[in-house]
Amino acid sequence: MAKKYYDPAGLGKFGNIAEFQKPMADKFFAYYGEVFKEGALTAREKSLIALAVAHGVQCPYCIDAYSTDALEKGCSEAQMMEAVHVAAAMRGGATLVHATQMMDHVKDLTGA
Amino acid sequence: MKSLLAQHALLSAPSEQRLVLEDPGSALPFFADKLAESGLPVLHATNLEVLQLNLGRMCNQTCTHCHVDAGPDRKERMSREVMEDCLRALDAHPVHTVDLTGGAPEMHPDFRWFVEQLNEKGCHIIVRCNLTIIRANKKYYDLPEFYRKHKMEVVSSLPFYTADRTDRQRGKGVFEHSIEALKMLNAVGYGLPDSELELNLVYNPAGAFLPGSQDELEKQFKKSLMADHGIQFHKLFAITNLPISRFLEYLVRSEHYAEYMERLVNAFNPAAVQGVMCRNMISVSHDGSIYDCDFNQMLELPLSAGMPHHIRDLAKSNVAGRAIVTGRHCYGCTAGAGSSCGGTVA
Repeated sequence: MAKKYYDPAGLGKFGNIAEFQKPMADKFFAYYGEVFKEGALTAREKSLIALAVAHGVQCPYCIDAYSTDALEKGCSEAQMMEAVHVAAAMRGGATLVHATQMMDHVKDLTGA
Repeated sequence: MKSLLAQHALLSAPSEQRLVLEDPGSALPFFADKLAESGLPVLHATNLEVLQLNLGRMCNQTCTHCHVDAGPDRKERMSREVMEDCLRALDAHPVHTVDLTGGAPEMHPDFRWFVEQLNEKGCHIIVRCNLTIIRANKKYYDLPEFYRKHKMEVVSSLPFYTADRTDRQRGKGVFEHSIEALKMLNAVGYGLPDSELELNLVYNPAGAFLPGSQDELEKQFKKSLMADHGIQFHKLFAITNLPISRFLEYLVRSEHYAEYMERLVNAFNPAAVQGVMCRNMISVSHDGSIYDCDFNQMLELPLSAGMPHHIRDLAKSNVAGRAIVTGRHCYGCTAGAGSSCGGTVA
């Protein structure tokens, strides 16, 4: 067994998750395929969302997969980086917005 | 950047490229086996309709992915004698389109003479113009007018709608000069919505990935080129990079070869096989040798046994129905929506 957490070859083995639980894997991959089809959003827009989410959830497999996918769908470097900034802004904002809770708590305790 | 040949690179030799591609130790299926496994027959040619002529390897650019290994240091070019053989072949076969490529075909000293001869024969003429040649020297400034006069279809590579990615693949400043050339083509009527002067662009991925949807890419190119530069064109052809010459060397050097080939094989689309361009064309090298396609020409894979090997012998030969010579490079034309000099095929 490889002595590392992330092996790039793991991405190609994604489908193998069915080996331990096939019915759920089949349902997941069918759903996954449906989600990424052209719909109310274009496949290209979905690819950029996926790229942003890949960074948000910090999944190395997803970052590789959706960097390639976004390139294939004709996204520019600037568009891809802006998508990552959206993820960064969301994560940063999600952290900072909790500061209001901290502030309320501090004010409550200190009687400010 | 020098050509692979000028660098004396091992992979400048077609025989070395074939060794990499057809490595019997590779886990990749042979193309012929893949066809059989998919229940498809051996690929055969239909009637000869297109002659694609490589006028020479000389080019004013040295693009990183060039499958011809063209560049300023390449001097090979088609002789007048071979050009005349091509003209005779046109009299003998019902060819409706002549596709001129290179290198930069316009750099051939007999380019204009040859186009005039082809024009007199009434065939549709495509020129694979790299765009920058139009701005390379004053003597080429009138090329748009020359193309217009002979009603040539202009097919031009523009790897992306942004400067950085285009220049990374084709050289510094190429995007800016390409934009200037496109404006000159638009100015004489090429690419305008109702114009019969066809201007089509070629997109090929700037790296080890496959092209996405041709329609979607065309929309993005049209939107960006119009908004940023006021440029119009007709169609975008999305072409897959084939693992040949400089692109093969890049794949091997960057250790992306196995991964890229796996992507091509996994994306094999049986529906794309019937539409591949080799079925109705013959590709002619600058020295008059003939091949099933431009890629077989670069790999020096001649026509199948019993078929002529030189354009001078084509006039008296029947090449319809011949078995097409294939190899693992053919996965490039059958991946996804397929790929040809005219874009997707499935």
